Amino acid sequence: MEERPFSDISYEQFLNEEKLMGSKCAKCGALFVPPRSICIRCYNTKMEWAQMKGKGKLVAFTCIAVGPPYMIKEGYDRQHPYCSGVVELEEGVRVVARIEGVNTNKPETIKVGTPLTVQFLHRAEGENLKTFLAFKPA
Amino acid sequence: MQKRRKLGRGVAVVGTGMSKFGMFKEKNSKDLFAEAFNEMLSSVDKGIDPKDIQALYLGNASNDTLVHQMHWGPIISDLIGLTPKPATRTEGACASGALAFREGVFAIASGFYDIVLVGGVEEMSKRTTEEVTEILAMAASPYEVRVGFTFPGVFGATATAYFARYGATREHLMNVTIKSHNNARLNPKAQFNVSIRDIMNQRMERARKKGEPVPTWKDEKEFLRDPVANPVVAWPMHLYDCSPISDGASCMLLVAEEIAKSFTDNPLYVVGIGQGSGQGLHAKEDLTCFEATRYAAKEAYELSGLKPEDIQIAEVHDCFSIAEIIHLEDLGFFKPGQGYKAVEEGLTRLDGVKPINTSGGLKCKGHPIGATGIAQLYEIWKQLRGEAGKRQVPIKDLRIGATHNLGGTGGTCTLTILERR
Repeated sequence: MEERPFSDISYEQFLNEEKLMGSKCAKCGALFVPPRSICIRCYNTKMEWAQMKGKGKLVAFTCIAVGPPYMIKEGYDRQHPYCSGVVELEEGVRVVARIEGVNTNKPETIKVGTPLTVQFLHRAEGENLKTFLAFKPA
Repeated sequence: MQKRRKLGRGVAVVGTGMSKFGMFKEKNSKDLFAEAFNEMLSSVDKGIDPKDIQALYLGNASNDTLVHQMHWGPIISDLIGLTPKPATRTEGACASGALAFREGVFAIASGFYDIVLVGGVEEMSKRTTEEVTEILAMAASPYEVRVGFTFPGVFGATATAYFARYGATREHLMNVTIKSHNNARLNPKAQFNVSIRDIMNQRMERARKKGEPVPTWKDEKEFLRDPVANPVVAWPMHLYDCSPISDGASCMLLVAEEIAKSFTDNPLYVVGIGQGSGQGLHAKEDLTCFEATRYAAKEAYELSGLKPEDIQIAEVHDCFSIAEIIHLEDLGFFKPGQGYKAVEEGLTRLDGVKPINTSGGLKCKGHPIGATGIAQLYEIWKQLRGEAGKRQVPIKDLRIGATHNLGGTGGTCTLTILERR
């Protein structure tokens, strides 16, 4: 797996394999999720893969009632909003993700700071497999 | 070490125009721009021969997808008889207009041109809300789009982070909405030139006429709390927290400072311009501010030698209610965490110490995204020249106004400062 380029495509492939992966600068140790091929701290280009434990906490969220067509196709609408959020991982970096297992019709019950654990949402199959990064309350 | 930045030579604004903003099924981008252009011509006190315009810079964000036509520079150049002179399109999502202005300023400051037209246009209302939502989200970070974020969603998430940090609530956002509507009521070009109170009265009257149960709301906030009147879009962003889908155009005539007086005795001078870029939600160090705005502000303040307290009025990019509050802080008008209190205390009202979005802002004036940046400057032109009519701010010796334009989810931000001397 270490042979894969530090790209968005690799990041997505890892999600298909249920791995949340970032890149770590071999020189200064800066961590990036999704991976970057260039370290924007020290401009070193030698990176290493780093697997995240998949634990974190919610730092911001929204419950979306008016979604784009690709979310409407999944069955979300004004009566069935979905939650997207920003999750701070134990490793110290943040990711954006779908937030599952929360009451999107009662968003006032969703709290910033809630501990979360990773979940991989697989859509379609085989060659068309797409996996969305999600988190749910731990 | 970099020297202090300055313009090669001074640049002045000598005329401006904007179309009415709204949803116009019967008008296309050309019709809208013609409306803005004609007003611009009549706004130049001593007149301008359009044949003297040397170049056009045009902001447009999404006509490629929204109306299936790209390459708007030459289309608009042809519309106004400017061909074969150069026309350049700028794209910075919702900040496309401010980028056109900035390019126009640089073109004159460099000495290359003396007379330049800058403008913006967007035609959005012929698509469904869902389609516009998807197309606008194309200007968010790709990672955000992947997990379902929309524009209102990104600002909704920003609001939850702001609430958690500073203790503000939805009630505070409502103060922004109520103020914007009160200002827009006095702006005949605004898409929604009605106060929240007017809307409440209209709803009650309509129910009465139809013989339906007449809704009663104690005050504006009770109306805004009503989930039927003000439904969720992307919690905590509700309908009345969001700028609308709009069609519109705007333009502005820029000239070299040394020839400004041959167009008008009352030009405005470009004293500060700044621009910054920003990262997506996951990479932002602080979710309760926009680093691109802070960078743009620093650049514009340094260029002008002015401080935030010197800015007497401003139009800020209130694409969503929470955004207006954050911009007040990022631009240095109020300290971080104090913006929502300043709005609550009325400091940003038309008659406040720091009037903000006297036009009604994006929320009520409308937000045809590529046209917004220059439409904001149009409002500052009107106010600084004492031509804002019923919404003229009561500040004595009003000389300095600023506009803040934001693109995407904070990817491109600008601050422009104009001065009347």
